[in-house]
Amino acid sequence: MEDAILVSIYVFVLAIFVGFEVITKVPPLLHTPLMSGSNAISGITIVGALISAGAGHALLSTVLGTLAVICATINVVGGFMVTDRMLEMFKKDKKEEGK
Amino acid sequence: MATLLNLSYLLAAVLFIFGLKQLGSPKTARRGNMLAMLGMLIAILMTLLDKQIIDFTYIIIGLIVGAGIGAYAAITVQMTNMPQMVALFNGFGGAASTFVAYSEFVAGNYVTSTGDPKLDIVITIGLSVLIGTVTFSGSLIAFAKLQGIMRGAPITFKGQQALNAASLIAVVILGGMLAVNPDNAILLVIILAIALLLGVISVIPIGGADMPVVISLLNSYSGLAAAATGFVLSNNVLIISGALVGASGLILTQIMCKAMNRSLANVLFAAVGTDDSTGTASGGRKDKSSVTQYTAEDAAMVFEAAQSVIIVPGYGLAVAQAQHVLQEFAQMLMANGTKVRYAIHPVAGRMPGHMNVLLAEANVPYDMLLEMDEINEDFQNTDIALVIGANDVINPAARTDKSSPLYGMPILNVDHAKSVMIVKRSLSAGFAGVDNELFYDQKTMMLFGDAKGMVTDLVKEYKNL
Repeated sequence: MEDAILVSIYVFVLAIFVGFEVITKVPPLLHTPLMSGSNAISGITIVGALISAGAGHALLSTVLGTLAVICATINVVGGFMVTDRMLEMFKKDKKEEGK
Repeated sequence: MATLLNLSYLLAAVLFIFGLKQLGSPKTARRGNMLAMLGMLIAILMTLLDKQIIDFTYIIIGLIVGAGIGAYAAITVQMTNMPQMVALFNGFGGAASTFVAYSEFVAGNYVTSTGDPKLDIVITIGLSVLIGTVTFSGSLIAFAKLQGIMRGAPITFKGQQALNAASLIAVVILGGMLAVNPDNAILLVIILAIALLLGVISVIPIGGADMPVVISLLNSYSGLAAAATGFVLSNNVLIISGALVGASGLILTQIMCKAMNRSLANVLFAAVGTDDSTGTASGGRKDKSSVTQYTAEDAAMVFEAAQSVIIVPGYGLAVAQAQHVLQEFAQMLMANGTKVRYAIHPVAGRMPGHMNVLLAEANVPYDMLLEMDEINEDFQNTDIALVIGANDVINPAARTDKSSPLYGMPILNVDHAKSVMIVKRSLSAGFAGVDNELFYDQKTMMLFGDAKGMVTDLVKEYKNL
């Protein structure tokens, strides 16, 4: 096994722990925006997709890359926008806001 | 340049983590989402500057098409349809991972400079295609079930488990063969085909009401798919983001299972449930004459005298689109000096946290929304518990009746309130098909009718008092 993949495994395992720490603190109130927001984050595949689509590979590879860009962009744009739309609706009681 | 790119990826990963951290409070959540967006923007822009990219034609086409579809979906989706939307987005995430890994495979990016195949890259390509494709086809089925394109009832057939197991074994063997002989491209095609099948047959036996668990699990898969693609590309930002999302989905899956008192294995394999929470039609086994029926007018008078009210909303409320009129009623009660709060059961909706979003949309301030553990002790000091569109989550049998399928499920202590009002069409049982003894309790007043119609009547009668 090569070093690069070992480092990748380290990063993966440590990031899972960070994920558990951060996400267990999100209250149930916000679990739906958490899901759509984290979904948008998983659209980070787009950076791989951009290279697949633009690196001047053979046609099939480029086509697959372009499909990947489309799917990942739907994820990123749709995910962040709908999360924002939801979070905008969460408001505190007006009376208390005025205080 | 490569260093700069990698540092910008690190920055993106840090922004994702901060963003998720700020999602921990409704005050900062919106900013958190913006931070994650900023991280994504940085990662995308810096990638576009990478010298590997020589042709922007397809990239621009892809970005425009994807952004158009994504934005359209995000702007037009109704909040009640959020679960299927998230399911669909999960599917696209999985598909993106599959496409990237496949593209790398076709481009031959798994060989070293000397031309030998790199075993670890070949294996991660196989994994990425497998997880991504299962996420994709599984999510499409979940979407179809939630959207009503497919019936929600579990679809089972003889030998289903055996087929599942056989497919998994086949994938492992094919993956092994691919690792030995990566130039045999047909192997990856077969893995892809089996993965498509696997996603379908693993989601069709799951009942409509168990979908919250499935969406959470598929959310986790979409993260793992991104991480697997990160392994293919040796790209740490993909691995970190994928791991974060994977962990998030897993936590939500666990919470949903706990709230339904089911194990994940039971949800995935037991094929529980009928079409949806509309439930099986079973008349009360108890004497119906012990049911106290109230009209809206009677109920309005009881509300007039109440000091405190806890509203227990269920998904039936959202189906009837009665959230807005309910909040109107709540505001009238509050104007009269009555303390009003909402008690939200973790599975009161079609996905984790769904009910909170639906009520927030109806302008309910979030400090009126209390989760089960926060409010359960308060029921005993509350004059009226008003239940709308919920059933199994308030069934006391979950606490006492060991023979009940609901036994052990955490419930809202509605029966501890001084009196209970239940808005319901009939006495029919809930999703679990279990009769609810609370309907026959002396302190329970049944308001028979459609949620929206009944609450509208309540508002009218309350005004007339």
